[in-house]
Amino acid sequence: MTLALDTVEALQDAVREGPRVLPVGGGTKPAQSEPPSDDVVAVDVSGLRGIVDYDPAELTFTALAGTPVAEIDAALGEHGQYLPFDPPLAAAGATLGGVVAAGTSGSNAFRHGGVRDFVLGVRFVDGTGRLVAGGGRVVKNAAGFDLPKLMVGSAGRLGVIVQLSLKVFPRPRATTTLSFALESTQAALGVVAALGRSALDLDALDLEPPGRVLVRVGGDAALLDGRAARLAAAVAAPCERIDGPEDAALWREVGALGWVPAGSRAVRVGLTARDVAEVQAVLEPAGAPVRYSLGANAAWIAWPEDQDLSALDGVLSALGVAGMVLTGPSHRRLLGAPGGGAFADRIRAALDPDDRFPKD
Amino acid sequence: MGQAALLSGLESLGLGDRVLTDPAALAAFGSDALTAFHQRPEAVVLAACEDDVVQTVRFCHREGVPFVARGSGTSLSGGSVPVEGGIVIALNRLDRVVRVDPDARIAVVQPGVINLDVTAAAAPHGLLYAPDPSSQGVCSIGGNLAFNSGGAHCLKHGMTSNHVLGIRAVLPDGEIVEFGGGTTDPVGPDWVGMFCGSEGLFGIALEVTLRLVTLAGTARTALAVYPSLEAAGDAVARVVGAGLLPVAMEIMDALAMQAAEASVKPGYPAGAALLIVELEGEPEVVEADAAHLAELLDASGATEITVTEDVTERALIWKGRKSAFSAVGWLAPDYIVQDGVVPRTRLGEALAEIGRLSEEAEIRVANVFHAGDGNLHPLILFDGREDGAVVRAEELAAEILRLCVRLGGSITGEHGVGLEKRHFLELMFSPDDFALMHRLRAAVDPQGLANRGKMLEQAAA
Repeated sequence: MTLALDTVEALQDAVREGPRVLPVGGGTKPAQSEPPSDDVVAVDVSGLRGIVDYDPAELTFTALAGTPVAEIDAALGEHGQYLPFDPPLAAAGATLGGVVAAGTSGSNAFRHGGVRDFVLGVRFVDGTGRLVAGGGRVVKNAAGFDLPKLMVGSAGRLGVIVQLSLKVFPRPRATTTLSFALESTQAALGVVAALGRSALDLDALDLEPPGRVLVRVGGDAALLDGRAARLAAAVAAPCERIDGPEDAALWREVGALGWVPAGSRAVRVGLTARDVAEVQAVLEPAGAPVRYSLGANAAWIAWPEDQDLSALDGVLSALGVAGMVLTGPSHRRLLGAPGGGAFADRIRAALDPDDRFPKD
Repeated sequence: MGQAALLSGLESLGLGDRVLTDPAALAAFGSDALTAFHQRPEAVVLAACEDDVVQTVRFCHREGVPFVARGSGTSLSGGSVPVEGGIVIALNRLDRVVRVDPDARIAVVQPGVINLDVTAAAAPHGLLYAPDPSSQGVCSIGGNLAFNSGGAHCLKHGMTSNHVLGIRAVLPDGEIVEFGGGTTDPVGPDWVGMFCGSEGLFGIALEVTLRLVTLAGTARTALAVYPSLEAAGDAVARVVGAGLLPVAMEIMDALAMQAAEASVKPGYPAGAALLIVELEGEPEVVEADAAHLAELLDASGATEITVTEDVTERALIWKGRKSAFSAVGWLAPDYIVQDGVVPRTRLGEALAEIGRLSEEAEIRVANVFHAGDGNLHPLILFDGREDGAVVRAEELAAEILRLCVRLGGSITGEHGVGLEKRHFLELMFSPDDFALMHRLRAAVDPQGLANRGKMLEQAAA
């Protein structure tokens, strides 16, 4: 059952009484927004929609949580600005609230940081039904607890996000991509590390096993050739340049998870390069495609639906890292070692004392 | 708990001479960089290792003793001022850089490590720790984390919490927790982000994983002189709005420049206001951006523009800027510094209004601040020996904070609420917001022992 609500008051009422609630926006990450049990009702908040305030000269905006990311991106684009954390699944209808609640950042977040680095302020309904606020609308703020950050990745388990304020950056005027072919994943990881440590400003730094490294550079069109040449010279491997519409299409496809085969679940894992070999040892026998993004700080895994998740869960737990299932059938929302311990339990208890949100 | 019982209890922990009880030694821990507040602690534990911290916190929890964690004591909001009847846990000796992983671009450090020492450890790998409070030569990472410190180069790089990836901490009841790790793209609620900037109310960080950034290929620093502070403020909005992304953008007024000149002699050009803009990145990008910047500065009414790439000259420019607070001692015996934030499009307006308030109150105000992110730092100058001078200075400071909130900003950008700005927090938050903050605090620390009275008033027992 889904309850569609388009006023904050109705949302507060739904949180206060009746079955437990789980907010859903565009529904692009169903494993996160599908009620985990029969006593939880999905609350569709996509009616809470619209840009409340956008001042291009300030490089900040405020929007209701149900606003589609694509709508925000179009408004920012008119002024040469963008969401630098490259929210995935935008074209499929991801909402701003859904992106923050899932904590998802795309490949092009390599340059300036992820969604946690851009959220300035939040209004949300906590588990007592109160509408509360944290942070503010200015780009720098140290007043009060950082509730805007806490909401990143909270997946509707700590509150229902109603409104968000974010900072934005100028959009690169032009982009180009270099694709390097390395003979092994290990060699490709070496290139990722070397480029990550270099003084080159890269928009994206992805690794597609076994050995393809995709590097995107953005900025002034007139300077791209020189910068791409320097980048190509920095890597001792065959290189192909991808420009114009093909460059745009390549990264659009990455952001849309278009490479995830039908019959697979998409799983996002936060890790570091040193974890890659062990993760690969589980993915290869399972025949699971994977894409490492953000300089191997994230793994986007397509795990076959006909295989259970325990092997993946096991390696993530052993590495002490966590993953979240985004799409596909799953009775598991989180994998591995999500962390937080007693601190997480206590913060959760304060925000949701009556268990009005699902716990898992 | 009486002092005698407290001291014998601490003694039983086996900390030996790491417990200070001598009144003269304790006096040094009575205040931090905000000297208006002072409270002598009952004792100071000079923790030598993580276990000293944990054992002391557990003791405090058992006995109901309030504790304040302290690094270098550079808080400008009274964040590390002791609590009556409580103790200080000094973390300066936990000063080990545990490891630097250049490929993952992270450093794992103890909380007492000095900010600049992280960069010193990272520099051989071509990396640096980006957040750069003016006190970076002395302030420690634990304090930076607790108060989500900023700095001049946060315009591009973000604040401390944007650079903390993982934390091991001891909660106020002695339980040890870990969250985050080495990844920049964590899964799940951002517990790390929530712990950062919590002003010590959620416990003490024992080990911190920091993100390192690469040293830029090239950097260039521009100085632009303006006939008024307001004009310099308006220039900032113009540069930001034009799509340039400088790494730092700072403003100093004549009084602040005069102070800097009197101390470290940076040789700034003379004028009513100075705008410092730093660009960094790949050489041809910096070259093109610098040309664009020069046009923007020229069109914004700058009367003199100089640009330098020279490392020594740039270092001197920043030395002058970062020494400005201490240099103000040359201008007046005492000062109060506030760090309210306004939308950067309203900087000119805010500065003009501060000027008007200063004239009206007949109190000199020096301005030296992070203009690029609208983070003001009015230094309100006074002589504490004059009758009522402190009160008048505080009233002007309060007016300025109200102005910041009225313009849509915040009461603090990077110094934190601390003891000093608790009463101003209600300008920004509703009673329901406050109720939640108290619930969060009570859930983590039911006895209210960890840095009691900072950010939030201690709730009545």
